[in-house]
Amino acid sequence: MATIKVDVRGENCPVPLVETRKALRKANPGDIIEIAGTHPASRKEIPFAAEALKLELLAVEGADDDWTIRIRR
Amino acid sequence: MDAERTTIVVQSGDYDKLYSALIIANGSLAMGMEVSLYFTFWGLQRLTQRGLERGPLSKMHFFGLGKWMVKRRMARAKVAPLERLLQDFKELGGRMLACEMPMAIMGIAKADPCQDLIDDYGAVGSYIKDARQSTVTLFI
Repeated sequence: MATIKVDVRGENCPVPLVETRKALRKANPGDIIEIAGTHPASRKEIPFAAEALKLELLAVEGADDDWTIRIRR
Repeated sequence: MDAERTTIVVQSGDYDKLYSALIIANGSLAMGMEVSLYFTFWGLQRLTQRGLERGPLSKMHFFGLGKWMVKRRMARAKVAPLERLLQDFKELGGRMLACEMPMAIMGIAKADPCQDLIDDYGAVGSYIKDARQSTVTLFI
């Protein structure tokens, strides 16, 4: 099982969400996607996507404008 | 169960409204939904002319000055260009449809350069068939 890193620091809506989805589509079941970003709304909304996709949200860490989120595919 | 679905009519060719359409479309795809964009009238014209970035602002365009200011601010905020949003839309499996009636009115041919982007052609029946199974439907 691999950890796939997605760096969307500095990117604005909707890029963090879209890049997360792209990485999830390419990942294998069990892989962990680790997203690093600075867009405040995405810190709240990427977990919405994990829920909608019925994936396990492992962690949401850091400040609103400098965060890391981990999702298991 | 089939995936939830978003269906959007893209009637406007205005720069800011194309942003609204593509951001909502890509957000839906990112959340695991299926998305169909029905391009008609001015939206279709923008698409076929490969001029998504060229549309005016729907408000405060001021002969291009308003748009120039908005674009500058968007670049500073690192907002992705429309062409990038369109590529993301295709990559995430979004469907694009062109309405045939305005094509006839506006002299748009199926051979025009947008053809590689268009997944299908249709009329109101195709839209309603999609829309009645959609949880999100918008007219932009």
